[in-house]
Amino acid sequence: MRHAFVVRLTHWVTFVCFVALLVSGVQLVISHPRFYWGETGNVLTPALFQLPIPSSRASVSTGYGYVLPDQNGWSRALHFQAAWLVVFTGLLYVGVGLWTRHFGRNLLPRAGEFRVGALWSTVASHLRLKPGGEDGGAESYNVLQRMAYLGVVFFLFPLMIWTGLAMSPSFVAGFPAVVEALGGHQSARTIHFFTTVTLVGFVAVHLVMVAVAGFGPRVKAMITGHSEPARRDP
Amino acid sequence: MSRISRRKWLVGGVSGVVGVAGVAAAGDAARRHGLMPPDAGLRFGTGAALTYAAQRTLTGESRAREFRREQISAKPFANPSQMKEEAYARSREKGFADWQLQVEGMVARPGAISLAELKEIPARSQITQLVCEEGWSYIAEWTGAPLAAVLEQAGALPDARYVVYYSMEKDWWDSIDMADALHPQTILAHGMNGGAMPAEFGGPLRMRVPRQLGYKSVKFINRLLVTDRIEKVGNGLGSSGPDYGYSWYAGI
Repeated sequence: MRHAFVVRLTHWVTFVCFVALLVSGVQLVISHPRFYWGETGNVLTPALFQLPIPSSRASVSTGYGYVLPDQNGWSRALHFQAAWLVVFTGLLYVGVGLWTRHFGRNLLPRAGEFRVGALWSTVASHLRLKPGGEDGGAESYNVLQRMAYLGVVFFLFPLMIWTGLAMSPSFVAGFPAVVEALGGHQSARTIHFFTTVTLVGFVAVHLVMVAVAGFGPRVKAMITGHSEPARRDP
Repeated sequence: MSRISRRKWLVGGVSGVVGVAGVAAAGDAARRHGLMPPDAGLRFGTGAALTYAAQRTLTGESRAREFRREQISAKPFANPSQMKEEAYARSREKGFADWQLQVEGMVARPGAISLAELKEIPARSQITQLVCEEGWSYIAEWTGAPLAAVLEQAGALPDARYVVYYSMEKDWWDSIDMADALHPQTILAHGMNGGAMPAEFGGPLRMRVPRQLGYKSVKFINRLLVTDRIEKVGNGLGSSGPDYGYSWYAGI
């Protein structure tokens, strides 16, 4: 399958933004690696959980005998810069995708793919690290790919933006329901964190699958749009 | 070069030019409407500029969320104070009876207001959340003089665009635009949770700007400067924040 220009462009811009958001997000978490549920939480209140990592703030007791350097300044700036870029990129991708019927043609699972037998054989081939489109090779997305991509585009990314906005004191002044629907400011922060973990998991599996399908050719296809003949597994 | 690819280059080139022109026009419009933060020119200023313009446009004069009395945090937290000024220690010994707020710049009646005079201004009490940029938060009741009332008393001139506020703590100052300065929830807080403002939370006087992150709520306030030329103040970036990597606008 040939990747359209907009798909390729938005894929790589999103990739750059994702790395920037992840690196800066990790730095921000390091300044307070404790998570809470509800409206408020600080070092004087019990945490829902605390990550077993050192902190960049002396006020957080971590059990480590040292405090990491404070990186929040540039991290915050980079985080919001990348967030804006990825939102614009996402809007472009979804807008063009709807216009060209990309989602209906390439991403919505096809009839019959949800049958237990069909699903199971796809899952099994993935577990044997021999995935591949139903037409064989990489000619089209298989049902697991379709569901994963749709989940990232229409669930995880919107949830990330929603929980991010819910942490903005100015935005929730105008739209309080955005944070109240999540159970409070700290709940939003905790969901933001778990959504990150899920996205990192997706990227990890995605990279393994790309490697199995042939890292060089698949990356080349995502850059140039020209796909080599699909490799057929015996 | 085939016709298709020539058309692609043309479309790409035209969209590129339109895009660059659009960004430049948007920047101009933002500057004309006062939607450009003073530190927009910094390395990562574009994101903060977009956030500032978008939130000023979308959320307007909205109020920060206020909470019920039973939601007040039993254990509020304040980052340890770096205050080392001798003048502060001396004033604290006197129960801050000699604390003064200097008001200067574009005001008809510049001068000093004592803490007692500030407490005579009809106070506003509000139960709001303080969110630290590090990620933690607490809810407390803050009581203080609305900044708008202080500005009115001093006769702030209509052309004023920013209110700069200084901490007694060395090298700590910040500023807000008039949208926040005249906002009813922006107060010079001298009370917290029913008592006087504790020293660790910025007593005797702390600026509270509840629609922005905690670092805009500067502690130990002893000077206000009303201005229309923020670029002439200090580092020209609107606050001491950029010196430490923090953006001027913290509505996020």
